[in-house]
Amino acid sequence: MRYEAPTRLEEAVSLLAGQDGAHVLAGGTDLLVKLRSEMIEPEMVVDIKRIEGMRDIAAEEGGWRIGAAVSGAEMGEHAGLVADWPGVVEAAGLIGSTQVQGRATLAGNLCNASPAADSVPAMVAARARVRIAGPNGMRDMDVIDVPQGPGKTALERGEFIASVWLPARGERSSDAYLRFIPRTEMDIAVVGCGILLSLDEGDRVTTARVSLGAVGPKVMLVDDAAQAITGRVLDEAALSDLAEACSQAATPIDDKRGTIDFRKHVAGVLARRVAVIAAKRAKGETV
Amino acid sequence: MSQLHVTTRINGDETEFLCEAEDTLLDVLRDRLGLTGTKEGCGTGDCGACSVAVDGRLVCSCLMLGAEAEGRDIATIEGMATGDQLHPLQQKFIEMAALQCGICTPGILVAAQSLLERNPDPSEEEVRYWLAGNLCRCTGYDKIIRAVMETAADMRRAS
Repeated sequence: MRYEAPTRLEEAVSLLAGQDGAHVLAGGTDLLVKLRSEMIEPEMVVDIKRIEGMRDIAAEEGGWRIGAAVSGAEMGEHAGLVADWPGVVEAAGLIGSTQVQGRATLAGNLCNASPAADSVPAMVAARARVRIAGPNGMRDMDVIDVPQGPGKTALERGEFIASVWLPARGERSSDAYLRFIPRTEMDIAVVGCGILLSLDEGDRVTTARVSLGAVGPKVMLVDDAAQAITGRVLDEAALSDLAEACSQAATPIDDKRGTIDFRKHVAGVLARRVAVIAAKRAKGETV
Repeated sequence: MSQLHVTTRINGDETEFLCEAEDTLLDVLRDRLGLTGTKEGCGTGDCGACSVAVDGRLVCSCLMLGAEAEGRDIATIEGMATGDQLHPLQQKFIEMAALQCGICTPGILVAAQSLLERNPDPSEEEVRYWLAGNLCRCTGYDKIIRAVMETAADMRRAS
């Protein structure tokens, strides 16, 4: 195996494009596990952390551009990002331990393409877009289009995610993310739910985006759930309709971490709770 | 394949080493530099026995390549005491018997030190969450948590 740590984006692209079995290294919290268990035997690892901008969080068009090597811990310490996108930050903060937080990244969580990735439903709800560097220059893609199934992404040879962009949040808008795990820490989501919503002055939902993780081969955006609450105050009836839409939309599998029935039920329960948190935040309350 | 030449700083000392591209920082510390205080438990980032600080940030050294250490500042358990003077956390762990077999202890001390540097007055809940990635199969954690809380209180009184 070769280890390369280029300092320029073009150099990284050319290394990745020019070598079969080249892997990107950012935080390494998935890559190193696969490497050591011999799930992968890369010819080359391209460490992108020394490329300019990869470790920066920068204001852009009213939102935030987060470099591909920014860790969860760094996101959690960034007051502006936490204020604008508390749901995305809390979702990223659920990945692994304090030690893993010191290295794990949004871009890596997305490219690992686990159906249960915590940060991905939150990014999808937030309308996040990624900037992809590749042999033909840069291109942008919605986060929801990146995962193509367990372990598979839409990235092509020589491409890697250079940054994640979270747009301007908007007035009286906020996001939240919750997951269910059978313990309190250090576990993989049985179900995850991210919601972004905006409220009018009467606390009626004007727009909503509802996203579910771990209940299908990839993250899903549940339009029926968003429609169920749009135009309504989040009273018991609206929350019940939201929960019902999420339970209906979920297409989980049975496995050791949860049954189909349980996961469908929990998808609804989480959606209710997440919507309540996001709404409180949209009203300016600290949750 | 020739070995990689890496220059780094470990516990304040300029250090050079040669390693293979596949070597983790943990491999380098233990097998090439003889710094065996850092332990290998799971090798998959779940147990925290290999905790070190890199540029002041707590990480699992089993989940980082040695080559990535180029130009970084690494702090391991070997740098925790000052000569014969134990760090207050080390002293308190002994006094309160916050360890049994000791394999998890270096990682827990490094992780707890990282917490107290950021937050000198953590709640018990904060200590438990911070150390959730440090597994101990002997103590049941209670003595560890109490030792960290007591050390924090002592250090606040002393400052």
